Amino acid sequence: MTVLETNVATGGDMIQYVTVVIGGQLFGLPISQVHDVFVPESVTRVPLSAPEVAGVLNLRGRIVTAIDMRRRLHLPPRTEGTMMAVGIEYKHESYGLVIDTVGEVLTLQAKSAEPNPTNLDKRWAEISAGVHRLDGRLMVILDVARLLGSMFTEPMAAA
Amino acid sequence: MDDLLREFITETNESLDVVDVELVKFEQEPNNATILDNIFRLVHTIKGTCGFLGLPRLEAIAHAAETLMGKFREGTPVTPNAVSLILSSIDRIKEILADLEAAEGEEPSGDDSDLIAELERMSTNAAAAPVVEKVAEPEPEMNLNILEQSLERPLRPGEVSLDELERAFRETEVEVEVAEVAVEPVEAPAPAPAPEPVKAEAAPKPARPAKPARVAADADDDSKADASEKKSGGSSVSNQSIRVAVDTLEHLMTMVSELVLTRNQLLEIVRRHEDSEFKVPLQRLSNVTAELQEGVMATRMQPIGNAWQKLPRIVRDLSQELEKPIELEMIGAETELDRQVLEMIKDPLTHMVRNSADHGLEMPSARRDAGKPEKGTITLAAYHEGGHIIIEVRDDGKGLDVEKIKAKVIERGIATEAEVDKMSDAQIHKFIFAAGFSTAAQVTSVSGRGVGMDVVRNNIELIGGTVDLRSVPGKGTSFIIKIPLTLAIVSTLIVEASGDRFAIPQLSVVELVRVQNNSEHRIERIKDTPVLRLRNKLLPLLHLSQLLGIYAGENAEKAIDEDNGFIVVMQVGSQTFGVVVDGVFHTEEIVVKPMSTMLRNLTMFSGNTILGDGSVIMIIDPNGIASAMASHASSAVAEQNEEEAEDLQRRTQTNQAAISMLLFRAGAPEPKAVPLSLVTRLEEFEVSKIERSNGRDLVQYRGALMPLVYVNEGDQHKLEGTQPMLVFSDSGRSMGLVVDEIVDIVEERLNIEVGSERPGILGSAVIKERATEVIDLGYYLPQAFEDWFMRKEMDIQALTKKVLFVDDSAFFRNMLTPVLKAAGYDVTTCVGPQEALDLLENGVKFHAIVSDIEMPEINGFEFCEAMRRDPRFRNIPILALSAMVTPASIERGRQAGFDDYVAKFDRPGLIAALKDVFSGEMGVAA
Repeated sequence: MTVLETNVATGGDMIQYVTVVIGGQLFGLPISQVHDVFVPESVTRVPLSAPEVAGVLNLRGRIVTAIDMRRRLHLPPRTEGTMMAVGIEYKHESYGLVIDTVGEVLTLQAKSAEPNPTNLDKRWAEISAGVHRLDGRLMVILDVARLLGSMFTEPMAAA
Repeated sequence: MDDLLREFITETNESLDVVDVELVKFEQEPNNATILDNIFRLVHTIKGTCGFLGLPRLEAIAHAAETLMGKFREGTPVTPNAVSLILSSIDRIKEILADLEAAEGEEPSGDDSDLIAELERMSTNAAAAPVVEKVAEPEPEMNLNILEQSLERPLRPGEVSLDELERAFRETEVEVEVAEVAVEPVEAPAPAPAPEPVKAEAAPKPARPAKPARVAADADDDSKADASEKKSGGSSVSNQSIRVAVDTLEHLMTMVSELVLTRNQLLEIVRRHEDSEFKVPLQRLSNVTAELQEGVMATRMQPIGNAWQKLPRIVRDLSQELEKPIELEMIGAETELDRQVLEMIKDPLTHMVRNSADHGLEMPSARRDAGKPEKGTITLAAYHEGGHIIIEVRDDGKGLDVEKIKAKVIERGIATEAEVDKMSDAQIHKFIFAAGFSTAAQVTSVSGRGVGMDVVRNNIELIGGTVDLRSVPGKGTSFIIKIPLTLAIVSTLIVEASGDRFAIPQLSVVELVRVQNNSEHRIERIKDTPVLRLRNKLLPLLHLSQLLGIYAGENAEKAIDEDNGFIVVMQVGSQTFGVVVDGVFHTEEIVVKPMSTMLRNLTMFSGNTILGDGSVIMIIDPNGIASAMASHASSAVAEQNEEEAEDLQRRTQTNQAAISMLLFRAGAPEPKAVPLSLVTRLEEFEVSKIERSNGRDLVQYRGALMPLVYVNEGDQHKLEGTQPMLVFSDSGRSMGLVVDEIVDIVEERLNIEVGSERPGILGSAVIKERATEVIDLGYYLPQAFEDWFMRKEMDIQALTKKVLFVDDSAFFRNMLTPVLKAAGYDVTTCVGPQEALDLLENGVKFHAIVSDIEMPEINGFEFCEAMRRDPRFRNIPILALSAMVTPASIERGRQAGFDDYVAKFDRPGLIAALKDVFSGEMGVAA
C-alpha cells in the first residue's frame, strides 16, 4: 500500500511538503510557508554577520536575507553546481534558504511523522520538527520558526 | 470610542497647545485683546463641546477658567498668579483628556473642586467688574450653544436670533468694513464663540468670520484689520485641508520609495541600450516620479515650530521656578523638516532649552553686575543649509565654566589632569557630552540629574545628526545641531572595499583625499599605525575592509596601500578620522531600507538599499565606524608597548595553580611526570599476559586488546614479574604506557622551564627539587591508535592553526592542552578572559578560541560577547567548553555568539567542533 493510498483510506490530516536537498539529505518544508523558489543571484555579503548569513539580495524589489543552509546545518560548503533558494516569510520579513536542489511536492500524513531520533546531531535536532519515512529515504521536516528564531541575537522588536 | 469624540480629543489637544503659547504671550502683553480673544475662544470651544458630548468634569473646569478670563476681558489686571492658575487648569484638562483617550471615551472620575474653587475665588476677587456683568456674560453664550443644538427655548431679552447672526456673518465675510457697522449694534461677545462647537455638523462657513466681528467690536482699528485678514485666510486654509492618518502617509512614502528604486533600475537598463524606444516615455516617467516623490515628501514635512510649541510654556514655568526672567526668542519656526525627524528632536531640544535656562543663564543680580540686561534671552533658530537643517539653541548667559568642567572631568576619571592640561577650551567643552556628566553644582528639579547632554547627543546621533557647541565666557553658549532633512532618503557616497560596494552617508563625509606616492598627501606610519597628515592635523586611518573584517589577504594590517588609495575623511561628533577605501564611485540618493531584524545587531550598518543596477548595498553607519575606530585606536596605543606583551605571554604559561603530577621512571633514571588528571588508572600486569601481535605488544584488558606503548622507542617490557603501566582511556579505547616504576604523586606547579625538542617530551620542570621531564601525552596516544585524535577529524590544516584556550581551571588546561596539541593545533593557554583579551589586544593572532564558561570575574558568555562586539575579533571562531550542557545554556551560548558548545569531557567532540569551525572558515574564503 503506497503512502497516498493510506491517506485516502484514512482521510487523515494531510500536509504538503516542498522537498529540498541539502548536502545529500532530503528535507521537507511545509508548502504553506514557502513563498517562492528562486535562483539567488548577485548576493551581497554582509560583513560581520553570523556565518550562516550568506548575504542579502534583491528579489523583485524586496531585500531578502539569504541563509546558507549548508552552513546552518554544519555541512561542508558546496563545491559545485548552481544553488537554489526557497523564499519564506518569517515575522513579516523575507528570508531565502539557500539549498542545493528543490525536489517535488509531497503530500504526507501529519500523523506519520516521527519524532527526531534521540541520537540526531543536536544542531540538527534543534531545527527539525520530526522525520518522515519515505520509500527508501528519510525526510527531515524543517521547522522554519526554530531555524530562523534561534539566529536572532537580540529579541525581536515589537514590530 | 466614536469618531466624534476622537475628533474632539485631537482637536482639543491642538487647541490646548495653542492656548499654552498664547497665554505666555498674553502674560507679557496683558493689553493685547486679540490674544485674549484667541484664548477665550479656544477655552470656550472646549467648554461648549464638552457639554455637548456629556463630559461634565471637563466642562466644569473649562467653565471656571473661562469665567476668570472673562474678567480679564473686562479689564481686570492680569497677574502672573492668575495666569499660572489658568495654565494649571489647562494642564488638568490635558490630563483628563489623556485619561479619556486611554479609557476609550469614558470620562475619568475625579474631583476638581479644589481647582474650580481657586478659579472662582480669583474671579470673585477680581475687583474691576461688577458682579452682574460677570454672571451675565458666560451665560448667554452657553445658552446659545444649546440653542443651536436644539432650538427649544425661546430667545431671552438681549439675545440674538440665529437668523440675525447668520446674516451678520454673511455680511462680514463679504466686506469686513461693513461688518464693523453691521455687528456693532449686536451684543458683541455673544456671537463669537457660539457656532464653534457645532461646526462639525452645521454651517462651518459662518463660524470663522465671527472672529472679525468680535475683533471689530473690541479691538482698535489697526489690529482689527490685521486680525480679520488673518482669520479669513485661516478659514479658507482649513477648508482646503483634510486630516490624513500618518500610517497612510507612511505607506504612500514607502510606495514612492519603491517606485524610485524601480525607476532607477529601468534607467540603468535603458542606459545600456543606446537607441531604445523606451527612452522618451521613461524620461517622462522619471520626471513624474521625481515630482511625486517631492510631493509625498512635502506631506511629511512639518514646520519645526511644531516641535517648539511647548517650549514657551516650559520656559515660562522655569523662569518662575528659578526666579530668573527669561525671554524665549524663536527664529525660523516655519522651517520644515520630516515629521519623523521632528519627533526625534523634540525631546533633545526641550532638554537643551531647560539646560540653557538652568545652567546657561545667570541670576538677575549676576547679570546686572556683568552689565547685561536682567532678562536673559534664549534663542532658538532654525534654517536650512545644504540638505541639512541647522538648529541653534543659544543663550546669552555666562558661558561654560572651563575650570569647573576640568575639575569634574578629573574627578570622574574621564581624563587625567595631564591630558586635560593639554587640551584647548573647545576640547574641554566637549566633555559635557560625555556620559554621566553634569556640572550643576546641585541637583535642581530642572536639570542636573546626571542624564544630560550625553543623552541629547545620542538622540541626535541616532538620526544621523551631529551636535556641536560654541561657548564664549561671559557672552553665552550656543549649541548647533545639524540633522538631515529626512531619514527616508539619504545622499551617499558609493565606495568599494575588498570588491564590495558600500554606501557612506554624505552627512558625515568631510572630504575625500586621493593619496599617491608623489602627491602632497601621504600615508605615514607611526610604528605600525597609519596616519594621514592633512593640513597640519594627524588623522588616524583604518581601511574599511579592516573595519568590516573582510580583508581578503593574510594580514589585515597591510590592507592600506601607502602609495595609492582614497581616504574618506569622516567626522562624527568631535571625532575626525580617515577611512581608506579601494575606490570611490559616485554619489547617489538612496532610499534607506531597514536591515532585516536578524542583521540589526550589526552596528556598522544603518540599513541597506537597492541600487540602480538591482544589487543590494549596505549603508555604513558613521557612528558604528566611529566607535570601532575608537576601540581600534586604543588598541594601537597598547600595541606600542611590546615588552609588556611579552611579559604577559610569559605569565600566561607560568601563572598556573598547583596540580597533581604523577612521577614515574621509564627507560632512564631521571624521573618523568604526567598530569595525574590525564591518567585513567594505574595497572600492573603479569608479564606473561603481554602478547605480541602484528609487531606490537598488547594485553587483554577489559575484554579488548590494549596496545602497549613505550616511552622511548626500543624499550622493552620486563621479562618477568609484573609490569606497571599507566592506562589512558578515551571513548572506549585504552592505551598502556609501559613504565619502569611509579614513583610518587605530588602537588606541584607545572612550570615548564625548559622546552623540549624531543618528541614526546613537553619540557623539563623542577618537581620535588629534581629536574623532571614532563611527557607529552599527545605524542604517545597516536602511537597506540594512529587515529586516536583524528579518527575522521584530523586534518593537515590543523597543524598551522593557533588556538587560544581559556580556562581558569588548571586541571582542564592540563587535560585538554595535550589533546589539542595532539590534534595538531598550536595551543596557547590563558587563565581567564582578561588575560585572553590582553593577549589579543597586543596583537597576538589566533585562529580559534576555546573558552570555558564558568569562570570568575568575566564568564565565558561575557567574554564571547565582548569579542563579538570588537570588529577585529568578531570573526574569530569561539567554542564554548562547559561542564554544564543543557539546552538553555547552549541557547545562551549561541546568543552570546559562540560558534559551538562542547561538553568539557567530550574530547572528541571538541576536536570535531574545532575541525568544524575551520572547515566553515575555509568556506568563507572560498
